[in-house]
Amino acid sequence: MSAATETISKQESSSSLWLRQIGAIVRLEMEKNFFGRRSFLIYLIALLPLLPLLVLAIVVPPSNEWRDFNWLSGFYAAFYGGLILRTVVFFGCAWIFMNLFRGEIVDRSLHYYFLSAVRREVLVVGKYLSGLITAIVLFTGTTVVSLLLLYLPRFYSQSVRYFIEGQGFKQLLTYAGITILACIGYGAFFLVVGLFVRNPIIPAVVLYGWEWLNFLLPPLLKKISVIHYLNSLAPVPVSEGPFAVVAEPTPAWIAIPSMMLVTVIVLAIAGRRIKHMEVRYGSD
Amino acid sequence: MTHVNDQLIIFNDVSKFYGEILGVNRVNLQIAPGITSLVGPNGAGKSTLMNLMTGLLRPTKGTIKILGISVDDPERLFRKVGYCTQFDSFPRGVTGRELLVSFLLVAGFKRKQANELALQALERVNLVEAADRKVAGYSKGMRQRIRLAQAIAHEPVVLILDEPLNGLDPMVRSETIALFRKLAAEGLHLIISSHILHEVDMMSDRVVLLNNGYIVAQGNVHGVRDEMEEHPMQIFIRCDNPSKLASFVFAQDHVVEARLNEDRGGLFIKTRDADRFYLLLNQAVANGEINIEAVAPVDDDLSAVYQYLIGNSGGAA
Repeated sequence: MSAATETISKQESSSSLWLRQIGAIVRLEMEKNFFGRRSFLIYLIALLPLLPLLVLAIVVPPSNEWRDFNWLSGFYAAFYGGLILRTVVFFGCAWIFMNLFRGEIVDRSLHYYFLSAVRREVLVVGKYLSGLITAIVLFTGTTVVSLLLLYLPRFYSQSVRYFIEGQGFKQLLTYAGITILACIGYGAFFLVVGLFVRNPIIPAVVLYGWEWLNFLLPPLLKKISVIHYLNSLAPVPVSEGPFAVVAEPTPAWIAIPSMMLVTVIVLAIAGRRIKHMEVRYGSD
Repeated sequence: MTHVNDQLIIFNDVSKFYGEILGVNRVNLQIAPGITSLVGPNGAGKSTLMNLMTGLLRPTKGTIKILGISVDDPERLFRKVGYCTQFDSFPRGVTGRELLVSFLLVAGFKRKQANELALQALERVNLVEAADRKVAGYSKGMRQRIRLAQAIAHEPVVLILDEPLNGLDPMVRSETIALFRKLAAEGLHLIISSHILHEVDMMSDRVVLLNNGYIVAQGNVHGVRDEMEEHPMQIFIRCDNPSKLASFVFAQDHVVEARLNEDRGGLFIKTRDADRFYLLLNQAVANGEINIEAVAPVDDDLSAVYQYLIGNSGGAA
């Protein structure tokens, strides 16, 4: 063995080596996620909910509801569930996490990782974490800024009191927490999809439909979705309409660990898949 | 204690199929340190063998061990192995130095050591001046060299190089061949694929000839040539009396053809036993029967071996 590689193998335990390797992968991938060619679309998706709120901040709608401070929390719950969670976070995570491996295959650069002295499972963890940090920074930012953008321009002093002394801050943290959980769950799913499927758009659309139709599903099937657990955590319940099949929300102490467990299982599947993965760009 | 197999690259009955299409079939190989060249036409299976050796492909059947390490264990494998692929693609937007440093960091090197190793590798391939330019702006030869630098940066003991001389100008080619020789002299395994036969002939300790996914011959070029009994060895002898030499050698049972050169100053012979022929020639000279100016084997090189075993079926060489 060369002197250079001897220093790696002798100087430390596997776990500290893996941690350093994960750190290197995260840094490398974050640079791509934030400043790469594909990052433009992510910024566009993240900014999407802010545009209507900016317009609403400038042009106040004539209806009386917009003059009612208490009405805003219900509006935000619907806005968050419909646009931010189901659309922005969903498609944002799809783009970020599917490209972690699929993007490398398209760019024909995956072999650089595969030819490095790093376990492929470590590579999965590093890439997943980089995607997760990117998604959390962008979409939690979207969540927080959109909430503030809804309240502050029209009820400034009341809103400041609401966020500092009232329930506002707790709500803000809860929404941010739901966004983070969504990034964790959707991220793991889309990472795996990017590893298994050549055209990930199809499974993304199928899951999108499944998540949207969740309100129509019987209680047992509702539990086979990410959105059911996320909705269960929402601080302000939103009516799903007259045709919705009502199911008991899953308590947070079950919802959060369940999602974490599923994420770990999905990542283990990704690790197993990548361990046996071949690099054959021609056929991809 | 070091086991002998820990010094070898071993293919044990390895086959690789791409669906119905054959990549390589029933490959049994043991590769010792030194320069081993994989030679064969396009589609012969050279890159497939290299990709199998590095885990980029997985064998349909059989096992591969590199110095006792399974190719399924990249963490251990790539501390010892460097692979310069034929993929002419790079992560977007990186400079040459960033490419080397970032993947040294991924391999677990600390920043300071990664910077030092990257610089050493850049120096070895003469790319220091262009190190901080984007790889996308490199010429083909520079891209080839940065890939080579990436393969050697972590100081591997096994270096696998897929067509490493492609795109290099003659000066850099000879420098690169000299570098390969130096690395081989340091005890490294170098496995090189190339279709430029005279260069392979010049630098290789042994060759593996592939055609249509099968190994058709392996070993030292001269050893392989000696074993090709269906193709008698051609030798040219320039001497003062080629006619006399012709009548003298033609009486030997191992000489199958003797033909005077057009200028009548030399003789081409074909023999099934070159060693016996050289002995005979020595006797003739010792007896003062002829004066010899030069003796040269005509087809005791890789080109001839390739031509005899593979012919023009592939066309790459």
